[in-house]
Amino acid sequence: MNKTIKIDGVEIPFKEGQTIMDAALAADIYIPHLCHKPGLSPHGSCKLCTVDVNGRAASSCTMPAAEGQEIENDTPALNEVRKTITQMLFIEGNHLCPSCEKTGDCTLQAIGYHLGMLDGHFPQFYPRREVDASHPTLVLDRDRCIMCELCVRASRECDGKNVFAISGRGTKRHLIVNSPTGRLADSDIELDDLAAHICPVGAILIKDHGYEVPIGRRTFDLHSVAETDLDEVILTKARHHDEGDDSGEKEGGVYGV
Amino acid sequence: MNPKPSEHLLHALHAHQQQHRFVSDQAICDIASRLNLPRAQVEAVTEFYSFFHRNPRGRFDLLFSTCTSCGDLSLQQALCEKLGINAGETRGDGLVSIGEASCIGMCDHGASLLINGLPLHSLDSERIGKIAELIEAETALEAWPAEWFKIDDHIHRADLLLQEPLESGAALRVVEAEGADAALEKIRFSDLRGRGGAGFSTAQKWQFCREAEGESRYVICNADEGEPGTFKDRVLLTSYADAVFEGMALCARIINAKQGYIYLRGEYRYLLESLEAALATRREVGLLGSSILGIDGFDFDIAIVVGAGAYICGEESALIESLEEKCGNPRIRPPFPVTSGYMGKPTVVNNVETLAAAAGIVIHGERWFRGAGTWQSRGTKILSVSGDCAKPGIYEYPFGITIQDILNQCGAENTQAVQIGGPSGSLIGPSKFDHHIAFEDLATGGSFMIFDSSRDLLEIIHNFTNFFAHESCGFCTPCRVGTTLLKNGMDKVCSGHGTAHDLDELKATAALVSRRSHCGLGVTAPNPIRDGLKHFPELFEARLLHQEMEPEFNLDASLEEARQLTHRDDAEAHL
Repeated sequence: MNKTIKIDGVEIPFKEGQTIMDAALAADIYIPHLCHKPGLSPHGSCKLCTVDVNGRAASSCTMPAAEGQEIENDTPALNEVRKTITQMLFIEGNHLCPSCEKTGDCTLQAIGYHLGMLDGHFPQFYPRREVDASHPTLVLDRDRCIMCELCVRASRECDGKNVFAISGRGTKRHLIVNSPTGRLADSDIELDDLAAHICPVGAILIKDHGYEVPIGRRTFDLHSVAETDLDEVILTKARHHDEGDDSGEKEGGVYGV
Repeated sequence: MNPKPSEHLLHALHAHQQQHRFVSDQAICDIASRLNLPRAQVEAVTEFYSFFHRNPRGRFDLLFSTCTSCGDLSLQQALCEKLGINAGETRGDGLVSIGEASCIGMCDHGASLLINGLPLHSLDSERIGKIAELIEAETALEAWPAEWFKIDDHIHRADLLLQEPLESGAALRVVEAEGADAALEKIRFSDLRGRGGAGFSTAQKWQFCREAEGESRYVICNADEGEPGTFKDRVLLTSYADAVFEGMALCARIINAKQGYIYLRGEYRYLLESLEAALATRREVGLLGSSILGIDGFDFDIAIVVGAGAYICGEESALIESLEEKCGNPRIRPPFPVTSGYMGKPTVVNNVETLAAAAGIVIHGERWFRGAGTWQSRGTKILSVSGDCAKPGIYEYPFGITIQDILNQCGAENTQAVQIGGPSGSLIGPSKFDHHIAFEDLATGGSFMIFDSSRDLLEIIHNFTNFFAHESCGFCTPCRVGTTLLKNGMDKVCSGHGTAHDLDELKATAALVSRRSHCGLGVTAPNPIRDGLKHFPELFEARLLHQEMEPEFNLDASLEEARQLTHRDDAEAHL
């Protein structure tokens, strides 16, 4: 007999070992998320995927699905919470959408649209963050970093390297590079590493390729994040050799959507 | 047996900083290669813990406690003026630097600071003057008055745990006579619950760990008491350390662990020498090491790892991360440490007091313990009483004691409010002084901070809010951003610039941070604000810019310029 959970009253099946997020995505139910990417180990830090499981708050990307769970997801109250969390992510960094190369392809921006976010609500923190343009083909603009650690995990788990890490505490948290000098140029990152492409907000960008797709024809100009994130397939690039995943869902979609 | 304790990353960074007064980029590279760790990990750890510095500190490095009980920043200001430096800076000649630290656990000793890592207490303006002279004269700390550094236990009420020290090895001998199963049953029947504050059943935790799959298991003593106002573990580790070791060995015997760790908060580094000596004594008499009590296969040893200024490491999974030489970010749960803890192996993490109590229970029997306390909270609780009272110090009471009884016994008068369980606990006013210390009423890890009517309670709440913003690890968005938003909100209200709207904002942000955060720090960080707004709303309202409800700005008035420019003053041009 299939085991099931209920999301907003809809019964969906799950397999042992799946998280609520896994089961929801498999059933074409969108739960907003930023730090989660199928194929990378779950993180549970952005908290956008917060849901109420039998009345208790939980991150759906890390909470194992279990029989008897009644989950609230797409409710006005929860979407309001997520909107506030999105606003928090905007005001703690320096996000200047109109002049940002990532606009239209930025998942943070897309989530903001999806949740009906019209302003930052809170006073801006205006942090001072360092830009690292040392690398010949990549640029690291920490102003946009949202600490989701997708690049940290992609480098470790898919690229078989260890290029990025998070340093510092609290609002002083920041992305650092694991190289002798701390500069991206002196790391072993390569242009075709997944870590170079996975950033959802344009903190890591490819040089010399700005504005190739005109604004108005970009991913989230054409689709909502609720559509694209359901299409996500398991990341496959350079899957770590000792990881024996043969789930058969490996082709295509290396760089997200 | 102890896997490279001297080479633990936290210890390597500390040793380096002792010598060079900061951790440079080059030092990070060198330590990383010596310990065979990624350079970024060493950098991240250096920047995560408050006691590591990336810029040179003075030869006298002073950190004033910011705690409401053991801190007094007016004294910091006074010393800064005498020495001619600004707080947070190192003097140009490299002689002295002055900064701040969260509560250093000296709340029963008056205003305190850490000087080169050592607690120095009972500060007043006279002593500050002498300190300035000693520093200017470059007098070595060894030549400073010894009594300034002498730390007393201040035990004012002893009950089950503090009455008499346990006989070394007594609990282990009982286990060998009666068997590990019987010992675990004793603890189960005693209803011992974790003394850190959360109150999880100790027997159940040990049983889960015992039954978890894994070829090795660990016992960890959580001696990272960082909750402002708590110092009972300091006293236990000063005068009852052997009972704590006994509890650890007992747990090890029951769950079959070979290695234990004490995670000692950096503020208590001064205890390290005596703790190591006590461990050595236990090894000499066969109560630690291989073949304990001469029993073949009963091997267990304890190593001490010293933290470096991070409140979050009191959270058990963050503590384990720190033990694993990483930043203290709390882990995702499940899995829980009992199945996947230190190095991914089944691990018991217990509070210092819990381990001492477990040893006592096995020796004296479960009735000894069950006889005290309430139906849902058995046994006694050691409280660290501080703040505005005649006799601050350690009070061990059976659970169920009322707040008023404690206030009477410690000589508190004109009490305006009490913070039970520290900033992460509850702030209560006189209407709740008939409530009880118990898991089912007012639960506490041991902090009991008293504020009399002379105190500005709003500033106390402000202080606690700053504390959490400073100590948030920053892993999850609600806590990382939210605790700073709460701090900014309190800054605004306390400086007299707040409006009714700001209070609504504080309320809403507090609710979100509390409900949506990743770990207990975020869940409890808004407590002071929430309790304050609930029980003392008049304090907030009295500080607002306008006493009556007013919008943030007058929309109609702000259109005046536009009206003038367009030469309009008709009804349509007004709101």
